[in-house]
Amino acid sequence: MKYVVKKFITLIMTLFLVSVAAFLAFQIIPGDVVTSIVGMEAPPERAEQLREELGLNDPPLVRYVKWASGVIRGDFGRSYRYAKNMNEMMPVKELIGDKLPVTLWLAALSFVLIVLVSIPLGVVWARAGNRYLDAALNCLTQISMAVPSFFLGVLVTYLFGIILKLFAPGGYVSYRDDFGKFIGYLLFPALSVAIPKIAMTARFLRNSLLTEMQSDYVRTAYSKGCTKRRVMYGHVLRNALMPVVTFLGMIIAEIVAGSIVVEQVFGLPGIGRLLISSINTRDFPVVEILILYITFVVIVVYFLVDILYRVIDPRISEK
Amino acid sequence: MRRSDILKNKYLLIGLFMTGLGLLLGIVGLFWTPYDPAGMSAAERFAAPSLHHLFGTDNFGRDIFSRVMKGLSVTILIGMLVVLFSSVMGILLGALTGYFGGILDEIVMRITDALNGFPSILLALVLISIFGNGRQNVILALGLVFIPSYVRIVRSEFIRLRDADFIRRARLMGVGKLRILFVHILPNVFSVFWVSVMIGFNNAILAESGMSYLGIGVQPPDASLGKMLSDAQGYLQGAPWYALSAGLAIVWVVLGFALLSEGIQRMNKA
Repeated sequence: MKYVVKKFITLIMTLFLVSVAAFLAFQIIPGDVVTSIVGMEAPPERAEQLREELGLNDPPLVRYVKWASGVIRGDFGRSYRYAKNMNEMMPVKELIGDKLPVTLWLAALSFVLIVLVSIPLGVVWARAGNRYLDAALNCLTQISMAVPSFFLGVLVTYLFGIILKLFAPGGYVSYRDDFGKFIGYLLFPALSVAIPKIAMTARFLRNSLLTEMQSDYVRTAYSKGCTKRRVMYGHVLRNALMPVVTFLGMIIAEIVAGSIVVEQVFGLPGIGRLLISSINTRDFPVVEILILYITFVVIVVYFLVDILYRVIDPRISEK
Repeated sequence: MRRSDILKNKYLLIGLFMTGLGLLLGIVGLFWTPYDPAGMSAAERFAAPSLHHLFGTDNFGRDIFSRVMKGLSVTILIGMLVVLFSSVMGILLGALTGYFGGILDEIVMRITDALNGFPSILLALVLISIFGNGRQNVILALGLVFIPSYVRIVRSEFIRLRDADFIRRARLMGVGKLRILFVHILPNVFSVFWVSVMIGFNNAILAESGMSYLGIGVQPPDASLGKMLSDAQGYLQGAPWYALSAGLAIVWVVLGFALLSEGIQRMNKA
């Protein structure tokens, strides 16, 4: 329990530091935000008025406190680029609101695919007595790990979309309209994110299984008369999965990053595209919130994995 | 090391071949390409791969093979510079924090811990949005992003070695601190360090092509495999060879290098 509290405090500290860094980073950038919004020809009074409205005349510390307390209360500030209507700037919250589920579903679906495919694959591979199967899997996973997810996305589009016509590239259906079709379309981008990670996880599990099978308790189990199947699923797999859980937790950040890149390939309206376009148009309030949000997700997942790991393997907390 | 051992090491052989060919095309591409990579030709738009145009031509009738060669040289060069920058910084920081410890160690470790969880390509994107686009900034951004991975490894090796007998003896003999750090300890770190440099090179190439694919990396007129791929995606139906050659070129380099490093690791173990 003490450990959980300690971890939780570190989590809060990290989030605080990231928020300071995210905020400060965009303060030192050369170039005036206001000029870029109203244009060079705008009257100085208009620029001054906007500066006052955005609170840009306050000292940085005051602005950070205002911004941070806003974020905690759920007010994420306003976008510099997107307008809600003629006189109002779009709140970042509304901008992100309907994009977030797309990215999260994509990442979640990829994660499910990774777990569902890599674990059986790793087990089959470790049990494979056949040299050729072993070599084939080795080759296949080695290649899969070298393919960047965006190229995989292009390959998936070409193979499943254009040749096999299993889905219509660009035919994204919003989750609000038809959730079934939404997931159906998302399956292909998720596949692109998942394949390299499946290869990594399966390799990792295979090595972990092979190491575990050398242990003394395996010999004991056999000598007691356990069947191969029972030794594998009752003893070895449980132990071998431990490091895999950590590994899966550690690639969460990469899955989120992969989802963000792959969104571009499949034209998904998620936060990845918003992030890219906001970086290109220097829409800093949006970028700040997105960075903070992604960090938040990643850190919380790490936190949960850490706790989970202690639950499934009590040996760790005794140390 | 016997010759037959090297010949039996398939990883090493295939890796050497793939990396060698990729490097060769990249280096030759710096000075010479079969066609002008920017030379357009309306008559030869979307020509399928043939003996004249090994990889076919693109939407402007430009020779894709020549463009891939140019792209390879830019991508490999960026990968190398990123690794050089981040590994040198990593060695410096890792050596100082590992050997001396103290407050600097604490600060650097907190920062690397915080960065550890953050996806590297996203961090690079954020840095790019601060620095601005362009080739130098891509190198700088990626270089900064990859420093922590080296600091970690170098630091732990320095901690392991700082109280080793031969170092104590050197200290006793009055060897200066700098000399102990970089002449006595550093050479012992390289065998471990080397592996992470090779992994880092691949990560740098993947990150660079990803960024260029997203349009936030290398900007035209610099050729880049990632940018080519994103241009090619629109013509996937009519001219699949365009996207395939750009993408496969990335896979070729990354796979070759991965096999090479695997081969070297096996050779060292054997």
